[in-house]
Amino acid sequence: MSETNRQPLAPPKHAGESWLTGVAQALPLVFGYVPVGFAFGVLAQKAGLSTANTLLLSLIVYAGSSQLIAVGLFAAAAPAASIILTTFVVNLRHLLMSAALAPYFKHWRKPEQAAFAFELTDETFAIHSNRFAELDQSAAPPRGPTFALNLTAHVTWICATALGIVAGQLVTDVRPLALDYALPAMFIGLLMFQLKSRVHVVVALLTGMLAVALLLAGLEQWHVLAAAVIGATLGVGIEVWISKRSR
Amino acid sequence: MDQQTITLTIVGMAIVTFGPRLLPIWLLASKSLPPPVVTWLHYIPVAVLSALLLPSLVVRDERIDLGFDNLYFWAALPALLVASKTRSFFGTVVTGMAVVAAARFLLSG
Repeated sequence: MSETNRQPLAPPKHAGESWLTGVAQALPLVFGYVPVGFAFGVLAQKAGLSTANTLLLSLIVYAGSSQLIAVGLFAAAAPAASIILTTFVVNLRHLLMSAALAPYFKHWRKPEQAAFAFELTDETFAIHSNRFAELDQSAAPPRGPTFALNLTAHVTWICATALGIVAGQLVTDVRPLALDYALPAMFIGLLMFQLKSRVHVVVALLTGMLAVALLLAGLEQWHVLAAAVIGATLGVGIEVWISKRSR
Repeated sequence: MDQQTITLTIVGMAIVTFGPRLLPIWLLASKSLPPPVVTWLHYIPVAVLSALLLPSLVVRDERIDLGFDNLYFWAALPALLVASKTRSFFGTVVTGMAVVAAARFLLSG
């Protein structure tokens, strides 16, 4: 109506890059985190952790499987050093995820990289590695949606933990609702979307079977890390082999 | 263990967890890596996810269990089918959970 409205609008500089995009991309993960965070809250209460300590675990450790393992160790009155060491070994797999995403963070400042790394989990990693793969090689990941995704996931995890603490006495068994299957089902979906080529399928199958074998061989805390290192190496090997054969 | 010792233990857990999350990004982000390493890193997502997933589906009580009462494994099949046919994340999760819930209901009845 007014003249100002007729000025040509600058095209939106970052179309589809608002922080809301990140929140939306975190939604499937929210779905998976609620039941697991909830279960963690319930179990931590039953193991005798204070409310503050239970929330602290979800706030500053923020790694589901190691939190659940630690609760078991706290309940069994394991020494602090062995709890910390177990946590270290269980969470060492993040080395690989951090390394895999590192090339995308060239243009981020160190404190921003640290803030991102603090909230890197199996699940956010799976989603980010899909998101970043669609970026231009030279483009830095947009900060807004990237942090929005991480924060949504982290806040969900903390809220679900709080819910478990509050409702812990009411729920005795989550199994009839199959809530314990939310996370495996989520990984099935995330893994399927990673299978971009036949080599990926082969790597997935071999790595999975290797992880099973290492677990059964007694490498309980190491099997994920060891299998992933060997599996990714096999992938490179197969690629080299294929390119040599087709030459 | 008293709550204060637990708090200190949790701080220790946080430090050893943050280190491996942070250091590769900090040390590698500004380096240009040799192509084979880049290729290797491209296979890390699929390798990590399958290494996390498959043992949780087929291993029970420290052995491979594909019996019909291992719902984790059998529910994975329709979930995989939905994931590959629909590419729908929600559909995959809901299918997996619904199959497990339904099977538990039927088995307990």
